[in-house]
Amino acid sequence: MKHTLSILVNNHPGVMSHVSGLFTRRGYNIDSIAVGVTDNVDVSSMTIVLNGDDFIVGQVKNQLLKLPDVLRVQDMAYASSVQRELVLISFSISETNRSEALTICNGFDVKILEMTEDSLLIEFSGNSRQVSNIISVLKPFGIREISRTGQIAIAYRNQNAV
Amino acid sequence: MSSTTEAITGGRLMVELLEEAGVEIVFGYPGGAILPFYDELYHSKKIKHILVRHEQGAIHMAEGYARSTGKLGVCIATSGPGATNLITGLTDAKLDSIPILAITGQVATDAIGTDAFQEADIFGITIPITKYNALIKKADDLSRHFEEAIKIAMGGRPGPVLLDFPKDVQLEKTTVRKASALKIAPHHYERPKVKGDPQEFADALNQAKRPLLYVGGGAINSFASAEIKALAEKANAPVTTTLMGLGAFPGTHPLSVGMLGMHGTAYANKAVLECDYILNLGARFDDRVAKYQDFAPNAVRAHVDIDAAEFNKRVNVDHILHGDLKDAIREILPFVKGGDRTSWIENIQNLKKNHPLDFDNSGDSIKPQDFLQKVYAKTKGEAIVSTDVGQHQMWAAQYYLFDKPNTWLTSGGLGTMGYGLPAAIGAKFGNPDKTVICVTGDGSFQMCIQELATIAQSQLGVKILLFNNNFLGMVRQWQELFYEERFSESQWTYNPNFVKLADAYGIPAMRIEHKSEIEKGVEFFLKDNGSALIEVMIPAEEKVFPMIPAGKSQQDLIEFKDLGKLKK
Repeated sequence: MKHTLSILVNNHPGVMSHVSGLFTRRGYNIDSIAVGVTDNVDVSSMTIVLNGDDFIVGQVKNQLLKLPDVLRVQDMAYASSVQRELVLISFSISETNRSEALTICNGFDVKILEMTEDSLLIEFSGNSRQVSNIISVLKPFGIREISRTGQIAIAYRNQNAV
Repeated sequence: MSSTTEAITGGRLMVELLEEAGVEIVFGYPGGAILPFYDELYHSKKIKHILVRHEQGAIHMAEGYARSTGKLGVCIATSGPGATNLITGLTDAKLDSIPILAITGQVATDAIGTDAFQEADIFGITIPITKYNALIKKADDLSRHFEEAIKIAMGGRPGPVLLDFPKDVQLEKTTVRKASALKIAPHHYERPKVKGDPQEFADALNQAKRPLLYVGGGAINSFASAEIKALAEKANAPVTTTLMGLGAFPGTHPLSVGMLGMHGTAYANKAVLECDYILNLGARFDDRVAKYQDFAPNAVRAHVDIDAAEFNKRVNVDHILHGDLKDAIREILPFVKGGDRTSWIENIQNLKKNHPLDFDNSGDSIKPQDFLQKVYAKTKGEAIVSTDVGQHQMWAAQYYLFDKPNTWLTSGGLGTMGYGLPAAIGAKFGNPDKTVICVTGDGSFQMCIQELATIAQSQLGVKILLFNNNFLGMVRQWQELFYEERFSESQWTYNPNFVKLADAYGIPAMRIEHKSEIEKGVEFFLKDNGSALIEVMIPAEEKVFPMIPAGKSQQDLIEFKDLGKLKK
């Protein structure tokens, strides 16, 4: 089962190594990791997606909390948080399928960043399922390059609303 | 932050911080990248530096010092190879929760990352094996990192910390110094408030008919011996300890059932199977003790630990108290009731009678178990004992009864061969008035044998008890029992003359081979406060029993008397 952990850490050099190293040496696999500084320059936010049962996620949380630079660990339940990922995709088009490609882009609420005679460069954000979805829809056109940010997440303030 | 009026170098500041924290002794080895610090250390009147022969010796000495005194152990190394030679000791201290501060020299900050001479990314290398580590980039940051490091090493569940100290930062001047009250005194640091319900916890114990206390190394770190004794006596509950917990409860106490686990006593392991309540006090259900989730299958399980990550890590428990062990037991005690446990205690006595520690002492050869019993008698159990790793370690754990905490120094978690000799040296520096014995084997001894020079140089009275069977004994035992006697690379076809070797270092030494020489040997070995080595030749086929084969659990315990069955 996929879990999304939101982790607040001190914004020091080496903290990322400490956190990712913990996963490596305990044999847990990271599906995606996204890091950025928060409004407080001394604090960074990491979002880590991992596959594991509740026992493994519990162990990960416990071990993370032992690191002196880890301030908070939150296990994000899908229903009570917003989860987003950004993807940039460059793919091939031709005269015959250009309009089909543009129709798809419109349908997906995609931002077109560059269009050449034979290619499109687009930006899309959504939850990981939607991102995977658009990639598979565009695959038949011929994908040239993909760059995904990895998932970020934040909990809704009002947990009762969902 | 407060500031001193006068700017001093980072190296000077490090020495002053160590002095102020109360560090009296450091173990180390100089080299290019740590020279500015050593130059400042030269002027220190408060800190004694012990020059070792290998950095691995330095950190194990720091460990032996820390374990036997409860204080912080400090070791120093230069950059690159000096620092990487500390790796084994850092890992050892991490697994056994020993408070260690390692200070390593590093190449100058402008050379970091250029593959400079004697450069290694020790910060990166030691991330998984330290509780905390830092690369000090500016002398202004030193004081902050130092305070953080000491607090983390000594606080909560103790562990090793490493400060990587570039050469230019050692020379850089600073006025920044935190006004702090850092002390390396035992039990001085953060003790998280006990979380959980002590009454509910005690109720489960009160309801138990066959309770068993299972005491680990956390009891030593928490200085909780008196509390454990009070709890055991009040509850009338037998006590078993892990290898790490030896000494936390008196081994001679009527309620003691000795050590449990792979080479624990048969009665302790059988008590685990029979108990209806097991109270884990500062142990971690290590895999040498608890193989499966069905550990203590008939028992309600309870666990007290300072490290929340240990709860339900390997074995699920029913009751949890999170906090310092000493404090936790103090909170439980008022709710504990006596209860009549006569039949359970009788049961334990019968187990002890019917399944004693046993070995065959017929014949002319010297049995290590017998020799250790004689050493125990001669020292009246008052010695500090360090060991290396292997058969001799388990025999020492079984046959030398430890009554006091901080007197048993062994590499429990990592199983580090080469640990024993330097650990004994560190312990002797910390306890000059006590008899310190290193029990070792011919394999382990040769892993840090160069530290004999450190003993000689300091005129230190360390006693070395060397069991020689010209084999890697424990490896041989496994090969004999589980690999159909294929002794692949476990025999030493060459061993040095250990007596002459000791003589070369000016250490009195003697070899004995026959049972008739035991008394003479023990007498020679322990006659005064000086150093001595006794080499005891033992049969290669002598084995450690009882034994739970690797991967098996308490049900599969093999006793000495089962040996015949096993061989068929």
